[in-house]
Amino acid sequence: MQNAALEYDYTVSKWFAYLAIIFGIVGMTIGVWIAFELAFPELNNLFGQYGTFSRLRPIHTNVVAFGFTLSGIWAGFYYIAQRTLKVSLSENGVVSALAKLHFWLYLILAALLVVSELLGYTTSKEYAEMEWPLDLLTVVVWVIFGMAMFGLIGMRREKTLYISMWYFIAFFLGVAMLYIFNNLEVPTRLVAGVGSWMKSVSLYAGTNDALVQWWYGHNAVAFVFTVPIIALIYYFLPKESGQPVFSYKLSLLSFWGLMFVYLWAGGHHLIYSTVPDWMQTMGSVFSVVLILPSWGSAINMLLTMKGEWNQLKESPLIKFMVLASTFYMLSTLEGPIQSIKSVNALAHFTDWIPGHVHDGTLGWVAFMIIAATLHMAPRFYKREIYSKKLMEMQFWIQTTGIVLYFSSMWIAGITQGMMWRAVDQYGNLAYSFIDTVTVLHPYYTIRAIGGVLFVIGLFMWAYNFVKTMSNSKVLEKEPAFASPMGA
Amino acid sequence: MFHWLEQRPFLFSVGVFLVIAFAGLIEIVPDFAQASRPIEGLKPKTVLEIAGREVYIKDSCNACHSQLIRPFKSETDRYGPYSKSGEYAYDRPFLWGSKRTGPDLHRVGEYRTTDWHENHMWEPTSVVPGSIMPAYKHMFRQNADIETAYAECYTDKVVFNVPYDKPGYPKLGTLAEAKKQALEEAKKIAADMKNQDVKDAVARGEIPEIVALIAYLNSLH
Repeated sequence: MQNAALEYDYTVSKWFAYLAIIFGIVGMTIGVWIAFELAFPELNNLFGQYGTFSRLRPIHTNVVAFGFTLSGIWAGFYYIAQRTLKVSLSENGVVSALAKLHFWLYLILAALLVVSELLGYTTSKEYAEMEWPLDLLTVVVWVIFGMAMFGLIGMRREKTLYISMWYFIAFFLGVAMLYIFNNLEVPTRLVAGVGSWMKSVSLYAGTNDALVQWWYGHNAVAFVFTVPIIALIYYFLPKESGQPVFSYKLSLLSFWGLMFVYLWAGGHHLIYSTVPDWMQTMGSVFSVVLILPSWGSAINMLLTMKGEWNQLKESPLIKFMVLASTFYMLSTLEGPIQSIKSVNALAHFTDWIPGHVHDGTLGWVAFMIIAATLHMAPRFYKREIYSKKLMEMQFWIQTTGIVLYFSSMWIAGITQGMMWRAVDQYGNLAYSFIDTVTVLHPYYTIRAIGGVLFVIGLFMWAYNFVKTMSNSKVLEKEPAFASPMGA
Repeated sequence: MFHWLEQRPFLFSVGVFLVIAFAGLIEIVPDFAQASRPIEGLKPKTVLEIAGREVYIKDSCNACHSQLIRPFKSETDRYGPYSKSGEYAYDRPFLWGSKRTGPDLHRVGEYRTTDWHENHMWEPTSVVPGSIMPAYKHMFRQNADIETAYAECYTDKVVFNVPYDKPGYPKLGTLAEAKKQALEEAKKIAADMKNQDVKDAVARGEIPEIVALIAYLNSLH
C-alpha cells in the first residue's frame, strides 16, 4: 500500500474548472458588451436601468475577478495540493466534504453577487462592491476554503511544502486580512431600525476610507491576480515541460520579497490625492522596488525553459505559459512606471489604467488559467486534449486580441491625459472635457474588437475542453509530463 | 536554507502573515486621527442629499466620474479649487473614483444648475453633444428611498458622532420629521424642473430619485 500510486480525487477540481469556463465566458462577454457601450452609447439603454455601463461595469469586474479567476485558481489548487502534498481528497471524509461545501457555497455567493449588483446593491468600493450580508457569506466561504487547505496540509505525506503551496497559503491569509478590514461596515437597519436591510455605512470616512480601500484594492490584485497565479505556474510549467524549477534560491527570494513589498505599493493609487505626501512617495518608491520580486519569479519561470525552448514551438500549452510569464513581466514593469509621480499625473484617471489592468489579467491570469485547465484535462479524463490545432489558433487569436486591447488603451490614455492638461497660447485650457471623450471613439472601437477576439478564444477553449471530456482518444495511463494532444 | 520553515506550515503561515501585515500597519494607522478632522464650515448632508448620494452609488456613477480634484493648474482651472482631506470627513464611503470617463464632479454644484442636471440625466446628448453617458430615465420614475437615507444619517450620528441636530448643523429629528423636511427640500428642487411627472409626484408627496440625486449634486461644492 505504501508504494502504491495514489488515486487522486479530482471531483472538486473539475467542478471549479467548469465554473472557470462558464464565468470566463459570461464575465468577458459582459466586458465586451460594455466596451461597445463606450464606443456606441446608444447600446446603454437597450435593457433599461439594468443594461447601463455603470450597472454592468462592477458586474464585469466581479464575475471575471472573483468568478473566473478564483474558480480557475481553486481548480488548480485542489489539483496541485493533492499532488504536491501526496494525499487524496477522498482519504478524509471531512476534508472532502469541506471542499465540496466550499464549491457550492461559493456558487451560491456568486449568483447572489450578480443579482444584488444588477439590482443596484453596492458599497461603491471597487472590487469590494458586495453589501454586508454577502460579505459575511464571503467570509464563511473563505474560512471553509482555509479549513480544506489546512486539512490537506495536515494530512500530507510530503514533509516539505512545495513552492506553490507557499503561495496558496499567502493567498488565503492575504485576502482574508485585506477583505475583512476593508469591508468593516455598520448595517444601517440594525442601528436605526428602518430602511433597507442591505444598506451599510463604511467604518471609515473620507481619506481614511480611501486609504483602506486602496490598501485592499491594490493588494486584491496581489493576492488574487498575482500570488495564486504564480502558484499555478510554479507547478504547471515545470510539470508540462518536464524541467525542474530553475532556482530554489530565486524562488525563496522572490516569494518573501513579494510578501514584504507588495502591500506598501497600494499608495500609488492615491498619488496627488489628499493622503499625506510621505505615503504617496512610499507608494511610488515601493512600486518600483516591486519590480524585483515580480521579475524574480517571472525570470525563474522563463529560465526553467533553459535548453528546452524548442518546446515553445511544439506545444501550445508551453506557449500559453511562457507568454503568461512575459505578460507578467510587462505588466509589472508598466505598473511601476505608472506609479512614478510625473507619469501618474498624466496616466491617473485615464484609459491607460484599464489598459494596464487588462494586459495583466488577459495575458497573465487568463492565459495561465487556460493553460492550467488544459494541462489538467488529460489527467482528469485520461484522454488526449481534443485538438492541438484549435489551441494553437486560440493562442494567436487571443494574443492578437490582447495586443489590440492594450495598445489602443495606451494611446487613448496618453491622448486623454495630454488633452486634459493642454493649454493654448494664453494659458487657457485648450480643450473642453467632451473633446477628450469624442477623440477616443476609434480606440474604444479597437478595444472592443480586441475583446471580441479574446472571447472567441474562450469559446474555442470551452469547445476543446468539452470535446476532451467526451470525444478524444483514450489514454492507457496518465502522462508524466507534456500533455498528449490530438491533431 | 529555509527548509526547516517549509516543513512547519503553522510557523510558516504566521511568518507570512506578519510580513504581509507589516506595511499596512505602518502606512495606514498614523493617518487615521488626522484625516478624519472636518475642514472648518463643513456640514453633513441632509437626508434628501444622502438619499441622492445613495442613488449615485446605486447606479455606480463613481465608475465614470471622480470626486477628487488634483492640485494641478489644468484641474483647478477646469473644476475649481483642489480637494482637501478635511472636506471628506463625513463621506462614508469616499467617492473619489478611479477613472474619468466623464468629468470630475467634486464641485459640480458650483457650475451646473438643477435644470442642466435634469436635461443631462434625461438625455445627455441634449446638453453635451457627443456625450457617451447613458440616459437615466428610470430615475424620473422610481422614488428615492428616504427611509434608508434616514437610517444612514441616523447611523452616522449615533455610531460616528456626525453632528446632526446640533446648533448650526442639519436637523435629523425623527423619521417623520426627516421625511417632511426632505419633501420641503424636494419641492424647491422640483420647482426648478420641467418634467411634469416629477412635479406631480412631488406634489403628491413622493420624491423621485432624480430629485434626490440633483439635491446631492447641487450640494457638491
